Amino acid sequence: MASLAATFGRGAMTNHWKDIKNADVVLVMGANPAENHPCGFKWALEARDNRAAQLITIDPRFTRTSAVADRHMQIRPGSDIAVLGGFIRYAIENDLFHSEYVMAHTNASFVVGEAFGFSDGLFAGFNEAASNYDKTAWDYERASDGFARQDSSLEHSRSVFQLLKKHYERYTPEVVADIAGCTADEFIRMADIVCSTGRADRVGTIMYAVGWTMHTVGSQIIRTAAILQLLLGNIGRPGGGINALRGHANVQGATDHAIVAGLLPGYLKMPVPEQESLSDHLEDSTPKPLAPDTVNYWGNYSKFFVSLMKAWFGKQAQPGNDFCYDYLAKQGEDATWLSIWDKAHKGTLEGFVTLGFNPLLAGPDVPRLLRSMAKLKWKVVIDPFMLDSAEFWKAPGMNPAEIDTEVLYLPSSHWIERDGSFTNSGRWAQWKEKAIDPPLGVRSDTWILSELFWRVKELYQEEGGSYNEPIQHLTWDYLNPRAPTMVELAKEINGYDLGSGRLLDSFGELADDGTTASGNWIYSGSFTEAGNQMQRRGTADPTGLGMHHEWAFSWPANRRILYNRASADAEGRPWDQTRAGIAWTGQQWIGDVPDYGRTTPPDAAGAFIMNEEGVGRLFSTHLADGPFSEHYEPVESPTSNVLHEGVPINPVIKWYDGVRETLANSEDDFPYACTVYRVVEREHFVTSNVPYLVEAMPDFFVEVPEGLAAEKNIANGSQVRVWSKRGEVQGTAIVTKRIKPLRVNGKVVWTVGIPVHWGFVGLTQGSMANLLTPFVGDANTQCPEFKSFLVNLEQA
Amino acid sequence: MTDISRRTFIKASVVGGVGLSALGFDLRPAFAAVRQLKIKNAKEYRTICPYCAVGCGTIAYVHGSGGLNTTNTVIHVEGDSDSPINGGTLCPKGASQMQLAISPRLRHQPLLRESGSSEWREVDWDFAMDWFARKFKDSRDASFVERDDEGRTVNRADGIAWVGSATVSNEDAYLITKTMRAMGLSYIDHQARI
Repeated sequence: MASLAATFGRGAMTNHWKDIKNADVVLVMGANPAENHPCGFKWALEARDNRAAQLITIDPRFTRTSAVADRHMQIRPGSDIAVLGGFIRYAIENDLFHSEYVMAHTNASFVVGEAFGFSDGLFAGFNEAASNYDKTAWDYERASDGFARQDSSLEHSRSVFQLLKKHYERYTPEVVADIAGCTADEFIRMADIVCSTGRADRVGTIMYAVGWTMHTVGSQIIRTAAILQLLLGNIGRPGGGINALRGHANVQGATDHAIVAGLLPGYLKMPVPEQESLSDHLEDSTPKPLAPDTVNYWGNYSKFFVSLMKAWFGKQAQPGNDFCYDYLAKQGEDATWLSIWDKAHKGTLEGFVTLGFNPLLAGPDVPRLLRSMAKLKWKVVIDPFMLDSAEFWKAPGMNPAEIDTEVLYLPSSHWIERDGSFTNSGRWAQWKEKAIDPPLGVRSDTWILSELFWRVKELYQEEGGSYNEPIQHLTWDYLNPRAPTMVELAKEINGYDLGSGRLLDSFGELADDGTTASGNWIYSGSFTEAGNQMQRRGTADPTGLGMHHEWAFSWPANRRILYNRASADAEGRPWDQTRAGIAWTGQQWIGDVPDYGRTTPPDAAGAFIMNEEGVGRLFSTHLADGPFSEHYEPVESPTSNVLHEGVPINPVIKWYDGVRETLANSEDDFPYACTVYRVVEREHFVTSNVPYLVEAMPDFFVEVPEGLAAEKNIANGSQVRVWSKRGEVQGTAIVTKRIKPLRVNGKVVWTVGIPVHWGFVGLTQGSMANLLTPFVGDANTQCPEFKSFLVNLEQA
Repeated sequence: MTDISRRTFIKASVVGGVGLSALGFDLRPAFAAVRQLKIKNAKEYRTICPYCAVGCGTIAYVHGSGGLNTTNTVIHVEGDSDSPINGGTLCPKGASQMQLAISPRLRHQPLLRESGSSEWREVDWDFAMDWFARKFKDSRDASFVERDDEGRTVNRADGIAWVGSATVSNEDAYLITKTMRAMGLSYIDHQARI
């Protein structure tokens, strides 16, 4: 999601499920929606069946999605940037990009400063000692008015367009084939289909999921796709976009509400120690416009932030005390998933609370996680079911007598016993009704959280302790303070005018003077005086494009397609009248809820209102590892880097202590690429409690390509042992034609596939796939590299 | 026979069997009832599938009087045909969610595992929440940093981590963030990261 924000301004799926039916080309890559998002995937089939759309898959395996696709291309895990970079080159080289769109809606004409450059795998500004980039080397050249210089001819050698062209010209079909293991011909056939959408009358979409995010270059894979879609003019349009297919029912909502290191609700930022006052924080967090007449909507940051502080600290938050700015923690270090485990590994984390999550099986490097968990003083696990994580002291190979960690398990109610809303991948917040009461003995998450809050608060009142003003002053004016209702919380999230007590209609009403409160500005408008908008179930679809504005609430502002201003040309005429996102009538926009203002004229605001450029970023300074993407090998790779042997892997990834030693090096014997995945009968780990599903997919297995199985004398159905430098799994061999050997950089590479769904607590037990995976993450998101690592295998 | 409806006719022929007439079936009125749909008289609740982020609309059918000494129970869950997302369809997981909703594997009892122990011990909720609050406060106090090495106010509690959840509602997710940030936690993350 980091790279969608870096390119378009918001880190979310651009379109929504039903909109996929409007596409002419559906590229599925880094995802397997037929298996993992079946009912959403039907809209891709709808496009194929009703519009003769071409459905294509690019994946290390021939998946269930490939089985219904028009064309499939197999690639090696971790070679996605090469393929997508090849598409960018192909589109430019063959003049297949949508030039009018590129002029109107991207930063192609912006001129980059002289300091920028790229050579031998490194961008300008690389600091070897610190393993990072000084991003000032990537700055735009400034004109005298302070804005970025632009060259509308696109001919300036340092214009973004020329730099883009130059950067990707190395990704020829032959180079792509050498890296990815496909053939140049196969690649060109795919490129022709993908690039056929670079016109006004054609639209293509991309569906991706964790097959892209789970790499040390995950963010840059998505960046490459984002650049490609901007070049082809596919962003903001019905049937277009980049559709990030998210995993859990409310993973989008939990991200929006910031159960996330470094973030506050609505993608506001957690303050850091350098920001000693509110004004420091606001100054750093409020971008300055880079071009005249840009909306620069983050310019309103202070309104969103102050309204959040009012929601949390109420009357206590006043201009005189920086609206309680000191109440927020200032964290300088990375505090994401891997860093949490690193802290536990070092023995400096005392307590660990998990709610609705099974972290042990989630990985990576389960042997390391087990050692880390055993160093915790205490752990609380809140879940409707018993989890492997709660019983880690019973895991195979663990000796409970040697583990001091105290563990408390709390049985909580689940979805059908609660009302409240889930936000789906397409940003639709849908209210759900409570169907039944929780069984006796079970408490709701809300109750547990409230009870913890009150008991801790009372302990501080009784016995004092460390700084606890934020706890004492946290707003908690719920009718029953021990059990806030979902409706009370939903209204708090939406926000109030504090003078009148009126629920706000939209975030446009928020102010930074303390007169409004809103728990999450992007959800403002979801619960208004007109009622709970998330509960709406109107089925009207006047455009026929499946936007359904009266069904639930889509953030922001009930907009169904983000950046929809880009679905029309500079004058506001839709690129394609049959698939108009929005259209300018002369007085107003009709169609979807426009990006900015129903009556704002076409020349007054661009599509990418969250970007300080006002347009989509082909060149972006917002990621840690480069303004363009570059192919780097996975940290464990079966080959050298074809493009720059001296810089084989992402040069700015974070290395935790002792991790390099857990990676296979050239002296080790781990010859096979390995990737992990999911199957339709299971969802992560919770389905290990569901008899029908366990019966349908009972046992852990290992997918072994036919030729490799023959070489290793492994029979279909026999037991096979697979090990990495970190751990070992054993399971039934499924000898398959779905994975073929690939010729990569002059040698044959085999790939082995392993599903993730097993543990030691479910109805059936099986090896944990994450016993194998490496403890290293993406340079931007720190999402671990689950999808590509090295193993060896033999008959068990 | 003239006023016999098609429906009655079929019913009659199904329950016939004995006493066949010359026509091959019994024309006497039948008394057995047609088997009714199991969801008849059930109350419908509109909910959302708990598995993936497609967000399929579902309808939960619930039996029970709602009386104080009764327990309502889900008897069936099916796709919501009005939903523009799934149009009534469900995948194998969604279609079997009854077995997730009502399951003998759901736990009803807080459990505590003490240091070095190889088993769980049952505890009551009051004890459990006191234990939780005590541990939480003690670790917060032990790890709390008001000012960093450079003397800047940081007010953070780095000794406790909170992880999850993408499986709870927006409203609970918001309350988690609100509460844990007020407690001063920095190490907060959930499934989206991985």
